[in-house]
Amino acid sequence: MGSERLKTPELSETDTPPPRRSALSNLWRIKKYLYPYRFRLAFLWAMVLLNIISGLAIPPLVGEAIDGPIAEGDLRRLGFFVAIIAVLGASDAILNLIRRYMQTSMAMSIEADMRGALYQHLQVLHTGFHDRWQTGQLLARVTSDLGMIRRFFAGGLVFAITSVGMTVIILGQLLFIEWRLALIVAASAVPLFLIGRKFFQGYLPAARSEQDQSGEVSSAAEESALGIRAIKALGRGPLMAARFEKEAAELRERGINKSLIASRSWSGYDAIATAAIGAVLVFGSVMVAEGRMSVGDLTAFVMLQLALLWPIEASGWVMAHGNEAMTAADRVYEVFDTEPAIKDRPGARAIDRSEIRGELVFENVTFAYEDDSREILQGVDLRVKPGETIAIAGKTGSGKSTLVSLPSRLNDPTGGRILLDGTDIRDLRLANLRSVVTTAFEEATLFSMSVRENLALGRPDADERDLEEAVRVAQAEFVYDLPYGLDTRIGEQGLSLSGGQRQRLALARAVVVKPAVLVLDDPLSALDVHTEELVERALEQVLQDTTALVVVHRPSTVALADRVALLHEGRIACVGKHSELMETSPEYVDVLSAESEEVVA
Amino acid sequence: MTVTDKPDKHVSWRGRAESAEADRTSAELDDEQSIKELRSQSRKLLGSMMRPHKKAIAFLCGILVVQNFTSMATPLLVMFGIDNAIPAISERGDYSILIAIAITFAVVSIVKYICVRLYIAQSAKVSAAMLFALRNRVFKKFQRLSVSFHERFTSGRVTARQSSDMEAIREMTENGVDDLVLAGLNVVTITIVMLVIDARLAAVSLLTFPLMLLLGRWFSKVSALAYRRARETVALLIVYFVESMGGVRAVQAYRREERDRELFAGLNTDNKFAQAKGHQQNAFMSGGMRGIGHLATVVVLLFGGWQVMQGNTEVGVLAAFLLYMKRFFDPLNELVQFYNTLQSATSALEKISGVLDERVEVAEPEEPRSIERPQGELRFDNVRFQYREDHVVLPGLDLRIPGGQTMALVGATGAGKTTIAKLVSRFYDPKAGTVRLDGVDLRELSEHDLRANIVMITQENFLFNGTIAENIELGKPGASHERIMEAAKVVGAHEFIESLPEGYDTHVRKRGGRLSAGQRQLVVFARAFLADPRVLILDEATSSLDIPSERLVQRALRTILADRTAIIIAHRLSTVEIADRVLVLEHGRIIEDGHPNDLIDHGGEYATLHRQWEDSLV
Repeated sequence: MGSERLKTPELSETDTPPPRRSALSNLWRIKKYLYPYRFRLAFLWAMVLLNIISGLAIPPLVGEAIDGPIAEGDLRRLGFFVAIIAVLGASDAILNLIRRYMQTSMAMSIEADMRGALYQHLQVLHTGFHDRWQTGQLLARVTSDLGMIRRFFAGGLVFAITSVGMTVIILGQLLFIEWRLALIVAASAVPLFLIGRKFFQGYLPAARSEQDQSGEVSSAAEESALGIRAIKALGRGPLMAARFEKEAAELRERGINKSLIASRSWSGYDAIATAAIGAVLVFGSVMVAEGRMSVGDLTAFVMLQLALLWPIEASGWVMAHGNEAMTAADRVYEVFDTEPAIKDRPGARAIDRSEIRGELVFENVTFAYEDDSREILQGVDLRVKPGETIAIAGKTGSGKSTLVSLPSRLNDPTGGRILLDGTDIRDLRLANLRSVVTTAFEEATLFSMSVRENLALGRPDADERDLEEAVRVAQAEFVYDLPYGLDTRIGEQGLSLSGGQRQRLALARAVVVKPAVLVLDDPLSALDVHTEELVERALEQVLQDTTALVVVHRPSTVALADRVALLHEGRIACVGKHSELMETSPEYVDVLSAESEEVVA
Repeated sequence: MTVTDKPDKHVSWRGRAESAEADRTSAELDDEQSIKELRSQSRKLLGSMMRPHKKAIAFLCGILVVQNFTSMATPLLVMFGIDNAIPAISERGDYSILIAIAITFAVVSIVKYICVRLYIAQSAKVSAAMLFALRNRVFKKFQRLSVSFHERFTSGRVTARQSSDMEAIREMTENGVDDLVLAGLNVVTITIVMLVIDARLAAVSLLTFPLMLLLGRWFSKVSALAYRRARETVALLIVYFVESMGGVRAVQAYRREERDRELFAGLNTDNKFAQAKGHQQNAFMSGGMRGIGHLATVVVLLFGGWQVMQGNTEVGVLAAFLLYMKRFFDPLNELVQFYNTLQSATSALEKISGVLDERVEVAEPEEPRSIERPQGELRFDNVRFQYREDHVVLPGLDLRIPGGQTMALVGATGAGKTTIAKLVSRFYDPKAGTVRLDGVDLRELSEHDLRANIVMITQENFLFNGTIAENIELGKPGASHERIMEAAKVVGAHEFIESLPEGYDTHVRKRGGRLSAGQRQLVVFARAFLADPRVLILDEATSSLDIPSERLVQRALRTILADRTAIIIAHRLSTVEIADRVLVLEHGRIIEDGHPNDLIDHGGEYATLHRQWEDSLV
């Protein structure tokens, strides 16, 4: 097969890296997150400066001490010097401590702020986005990319600025001592620059492709953990391991490729800086021999140049960090720049739950998935009266699930409109709308949290009585028999519960909200006949004054509804009472006839 | 300083897990003993990671030694040039020394170039290879661990171990190991040089050494706790992130965003403080190291100055000493930064070694037996099973299912139906008694034969990232397109698949989000039929199907199950009707056993259920 798995569309697009300018500009956009810390940042930079000065002040004093009191044999003056050095040394250490402490705390805070913002943004992105993006890719952005940005701001950047400052100061001193020799040093900057530019061109895309692949590996790991039962049931562990190995091998190759690019440039940096010292030494020696320069000047010159070695050597590392941070910023902003497709229109209205009568009207609603030209819904017209319960029936793939995702705007129709009490739902505030229209899906999504938290998902302020009531309606009393009752943590996706139990919890969760419009997608499919009957009886009371749209698969559930609508080929083919439709519509009979369930021995 | 004593403030919303160790591997307990053990395990793990690369690592060390020499050579050459070459030129017009120095410089530059280039390239290869091996090892281990382990450990934590923990180790192997080695070499070289120049002065200047060791020990002790805690907080963060993003539809539909944000913010803040803590301790270490460096300067200056005044040593020696002190401490100061990475990686290694050492509850047999063309006879002998100590699910089940029989399990929730299915597919092993296929204990059966012969379809309907064809093909990797299509036709999935824009090559999107639950179920059915097992278990496998699909599946089942052993769990009796035999369970015991028609006539529990079901159809 196809063990070559498809990449999500966005990812394959982004495999070609964006132009370099945008990389820097994305990193620059992070300033927004630095802004709240501007005073602390200013203070931090002052500390850095002081720290550099305190560090630089000590060596000359040591020199003075050797040339002065020690040479003169003045023990008291030596004591004086030593005392000053000790004080300076202590303050240097303390400054260093404070600086590092602040730097680290701030960088962590900024990272956490960005993570929070990214999370918030992801929450409001439409489900279409989430369907296409593997969770591992999102996770990589939220953890490792933000980590890279943080490390750059906490380490690389401070380092870079310090070494640039040092380089400028030293170059100035070199010029002052002997400008001709300084020109040699300056000339060595040309190949350094060229190598640096080449490095940027190669490293940036390499880092990007490595980070992308790292997300693929996380996705593979996550998927095979989630699908562990399916994998074990088929004994496909070795196959999955082989696939994972392929992804991991790709990651290894990309990582090595990135490092090879680094190895080509960094080695040049070291060699050129060393060669420059050699050149200065040779020319300087000739100049000294010819009497155009003093030995002392040459010594000073070369010593200073030696001090330059370290910032130059380190710049490769700093550049790599910078590159990775830019790539990370790109990847993070890729998500930030995705506009939520479903959001409040300008001038969206707030509504009050108590004012809602609950009339739901579909007007010529069409829907097609983004990457699919064919329309799943081809003009649905349906009017649900306030308090009425309408069942939606239809074949697999007829668009039932799509249809019920529309009233709470989990998807927006591509054409036509949906009205709630006469107002287009897109003109209502999203948060408002979803508190009025509640949807329970065919597959119960439970979270590994307490039962209580899962039940109160849509209404955090629900009290014990509300929960109890909902549990009763959904016949989910089994929750009280769990080891810690409502406080029991149910496992991931509630997988330690049976399908019927999960479905009852999901139903209870929807009922707790007490919405004006309740949308249930095949809510009783996993229940046994006896329980189903009990749930239906309890649910009838709830549905009495609630407008409801219920997707049904079997005739027993149809009993809940006042009327049934048959969805056929993207349209509502007919609406009516179950018994009427059984007589008038052959398609309906085909979909809901109990005949097929009769015993065939 | 024991961070772990702190009560978990998230307990309220996370709820209480059935076991306190739900979040951890059994190696990660908090007592002193386990922490020590974990540490030594993680060292062993590191050793085992490095062992295959012994030669390459030795080679890398060699490169570093050479590189160290080239770095030392530069100042020496400068000194030699000024002291010898200049006088030779100005006095004798002799350029030969200068030329020799120029050539040496050229050689040094080239050697340095080669060293750096070789080192980066080689070390990247070694570290990438080590990580690659570790990733695969961890992945395979997770695949081997039992379903019950996964259920309590959660997929988020599995992901965390394979993403952020691996990342922490990668950070370490990629950055700074050379600095560590170079600094070590540097410390040794300079100590020797100082001892040779003036042993007494050297002894005094090394007085600060114990202080450094003390500081280092303090840091590694407190920071180990901090970094360990940080790995756990980041794992919690990842767990929450993965879950709430996986269930984003529910989050949006229930306007859960705000509460989610709140909880995530709580975890985010915890993680921030936990991460910052280690780094802040590192700031103390960094400041302390600088302070000790300055202290050393002060001591040497004072003592050395006094010695010079006493005439015991030369000014030049003192100057050299002070310069060496600086070169001694500078790299160490740089190294302190690397310590962060190192501690993070150590904690990550501990977490990973905890996973690798976790006992596999449902282990593969050491001497696996295989069966050729099994009949498909299943046998339970006095099988006892419980998930929790105080709650026995199966007290002692005796059951024989002859090869080729289709048996349906009926009973209330908690009667033990799914448990029987899970025991047959060996998701769990019985606590007592045996489950046999054709007389072979499942625990002795080779993994391959077990999975080739017994396949379970659950209500979970998990689809993998990929196309529909790829998902079906999982049943029999390498199956031809025709076979895949055939399987889809048999279960009645062909029609809807063909109607999709790209047919069988339609990408199902994350977790099959493109398809409805019923469609996913059909794909999973096709996958199982392609697998063609002797024993097929259907655990509520038809619940999401609508009536026309179910009709098709049922028709297909009749032919498919004809020559297979099958266990069917279904609350919808329409599926049960095709069974040769029905077993009614209550609290893990069989209360009725017989042909469905006989049971209906018999007028027991099943007859009641059947009547209720018939009523529901009207």
